[in-house]
Amino acid sequence: MRIGVFVCHCGTNIDGTVDSHQVAEEAKKFPHVVYATDYLYTCSEPGQQEIQQAVGEHDLDGVVVAACSPRMHENTFRRTIERAGLNRYMFEMANIREHCSWIGEDREANTHKAIELVRMAVAKVANHVHLHPSYFEVNKRVLVIGAGVAGMQAALDCADGGLDVVLVEKKSSIGGRMAQLDKTFPTVDCSICILGPKMVDVGQHEKIKLCTYSEIEDISGYVGNYTVNIRRKATYVDWGKCTGCGLCMEKCPSKKAYDYHNEGIADTTAINISFPQAIPKKATIDPEYCRQFTKGKCGVCAKVCPLGAIDYEMEDEIVAEEVGAIIVATGYGLLNMEELGEYGAGRYPDVITGIQYERFLNASGPTQGHVVRPSDGEEPKRVVFISCAGSRDASLDRPYCSNFCCMYIAKQAILTRDHIPDSEVYVFYMDTRSPSKGYEEFIRRAQEEYGVQYVRGRVSRIYPKGKRMVVRGADTLLGTQVEVETDLVVLATAATCAPEAEELAEKLRISYDEYGFYMESHPKLRPVETNTSGVFLAGACQGPKDIPAAVGQGSAAASKVLSLFSKDQLESDPQIAQVMELRCVGCLKCADTCPFQAIEEKELPDGRVVGHVIETVCQGCGLCTSICPSGAIQLQQCTDNQLIAEVEALCQAWRERSSG
Amino acid sequence: MEILDLGSIDRHFIRAVEEESGQDVSHCYQCGNCTAGCPLSFAYDIPVHQIMRLIQLGQKEKVLRSHAIWLCATCETCTTRCPCEVDVARVMDTLRIMARREGTVSEEGVRRFYDTFLDSVKRHGRLYEVGLLMRYNLLSGRPFADADLGPKVLGKGKLHFLPENIKGVEAIKGIFDRFAKKRGA
Repeated sequence: MRIGVFVCHCGTNIDGTVDSHQVAEEAKKFPHVVYATDYLYTCSEPGQQEIQQAVGEHDLDGVVVAACSPRMHENTFRRTIERAGLNRYMFEMANIREHCSWIGEDREANTHKAIELVRMAVAKVANHVHLHPSYFEVNKRVLVIGAGVAGMQAALDCADGGLDVVLVEKKSSIGGRMAQLDKTFPTVDCSICILGPKMVDVGQHEKIKLCTYSEIEDISGYVGNYTVNIRRKATYVDWGKCTGCGLCMEKCPSKKAYDYHNEGIADTTAINISFPQAIPKKATIDPEYCRQFTKGKCGVCAKVCPLGAIDYEMEDEIVAEEVGAIIVATGYGLLNMEELGEYGAGRYPDVITGIQYERFLNASGPTQGHVVRPSDGEEPKRVVFISCAGSRDASLDRPYCSNFCCMYIAKQAILTRDHIPDSEVYVFYMDTRSPSKGYEEFIRRAQEEYGVQYVRGRVSRIYPKGKRMVVRGADTLLGTQVEVETDLVVLATAATCAPEAEELAEKLRISYDEYGFYMESHPKLRPVETNTSGVFLAGACQGPKDIPAAVGQGSAAASKVLSLFSKDQLESDPQIAQVMELRCVGCLKCADTCPFQAIEEKELPDGRVVGHVIETVCQGCGLCTSICPSGAIQLQQCTDNQLIAEVEALCQAWRERSSG
Repeated sequence: MEILDLGSIDRHFIRAVEEESGQDVSHCYQCGNCTAGCPLSFAYDIPVHQIMRLIQLGQKEKVLRSHAIWLCATCETCTTRCPCEVDVARVMDTLRIMARREGTVSEEGVRRFYDTFLDSVKRHGRLYEVGLLMRYNLLSGRPFADADLGPKVLGKGKLHFLPENIKGVEAIKGIFDRFAKKRGA
């Protein structure tokens, strides 16, 4: 074996605390190494050319690059040696940056460690074998989870690009949060007026299969070939027959059901269509409130339905769908305002959340757009908005900014002044965050044109006084306490991850941060990818974001899927587990351990049962290799022999040092 | 208005406050919630969020000579409400200790009251109210301040003329002595 070693300085990133030149000089002494050198930036074009040249000149058949993490440039260098005519897997990276130069300041110790890391990599490459990828078919259908504005945009873009889309939505209608909003900032255009056409497009698109009132049961498979089981929850109404006429809602005697679309500011009927523009416009029964379910008799809706669509016996149904890629667009949740005890939230009826206020402002809301106080139905003459209600609050374990509250408070403040011209509006804020186009001007408009009083300070407490409430806060610009008597308080409660976000992440095998928001593959350069190949993110499930950003990400995720599906076949990574059938005792512990269900039973011609790795499913995690009692299952390019060779090289170095 | 020289930041002071209070003052983002909830803000010369700001800017003189730190009642509303989990009341307490050490106590009366209170505890193992009041008044040079309230509370049996020492007064005294010795050393 003839191995070349290339040590990178990475400017001063490595060479600042590691003597890269000395590492290369030492490497020359290692077994099999016929060439070693150091270079300022190995990943640069001349750096790569040097590797290519050296492969030819020194007749190399294995290459080690000592530089950054393989997560950065492993692929770069594999392609480099491939261009030089080598098998791309005859390559190993020694990570002397993240694992070495960046973590210690002692140059001598770092240099020493770098030498040993290179020594191990060389020992490993010496045991490398040529590997060749195989190819597998791609199922060019895409699953979109969540039909809010981000999910709808992703679904439409995929469908317009010719892909078959399965769009799964938890609620009975598509539309998501945006369907609950009255107007949108900074243009103050009607939310449902701009969302409605998109919803219609989604509902009527021949390439989009809608599964509303459905949830993901489980997901198996791998990029290009996922199998998804979808739970279609029982609606107790045959949607094939229901025309959305609404007669059942008129006659339903149970009128105290919780109205999710209106965030509980009004009640609805046990059988209901969530809002007038719902798509699909079909009724569902809430069994928690339906008398047929709670008392065992009623049946009014069944009697009045002209099409006989009511079916109290309906059960959940599991439907399997085969797809090649998944876009997750499950949106966000909101902090339970009862966590904010000092604001009396939950105790005082006239302390409400921003999304509830949105429903008061909305013409199709329960008050037809008339703003009223929940306690007595009177029009408030003074409204106080409190921003950062739970956001940027380490004491509630939510140190992050919820992104869109500053803007929607400004919008709601303007709308309040519009709806009630003789009202006074106050906004308590810590900072106003308005970095997008037209945003800062919008907040200025609220103050300059609409006379909204912005007070820079937090609110300490709210207490009742007669029919009104007193808000006690501070004006930090004046350095004084302030107090204002008000009719209504609106809290901009913190945006949280969607309910059950973590459970879905486990099913998808994607990672999430400590607040339950899904992790993108790279915060700057791979913003819609996840670390699971074939799973993409869109919208606020990745972090709080406003409508333009969510729509942008929806389109971005769709373009990623379209480019993934531009090939008919995908290449599979050959660095996977392999069973040596002669050694396998057929215990199948590997199959039980595999988190990807990549190992199946196989019967040999002689009747013996052994494990068999399904090439395309195996992700190369190596769990099986650690459980196999006979060492029969080996991860390619990470075999027991290679690991032992690495350890051996390290021990050899230690022996030499202690004897010398 | 005077111009604050930002080059005058006393970093030793910031570090000392942080070390003695166990709080990280850089966590404060000046939301004003401490001032908003403070029941004594009306009497302060500097509102509490500005005390925090002055510490962040290392303005030792201004902070340790302020009246606010002595008027704080340690009710801990600020601590409870702080979204950044700064124990503001603890910081105020630390500032009082530092002001005593530096000899920059701006509210002699408050300091005297604290001293008299502790002296009473040291002598009796508990508070002897009448003794505390008389001693405090004498030291303040106003021997008859609030004397008119005396008969009222005495009549209700709220105060006792004679001190009621606890068992083991000596042990309590020992605590004070040990502390005095430690501080002396």
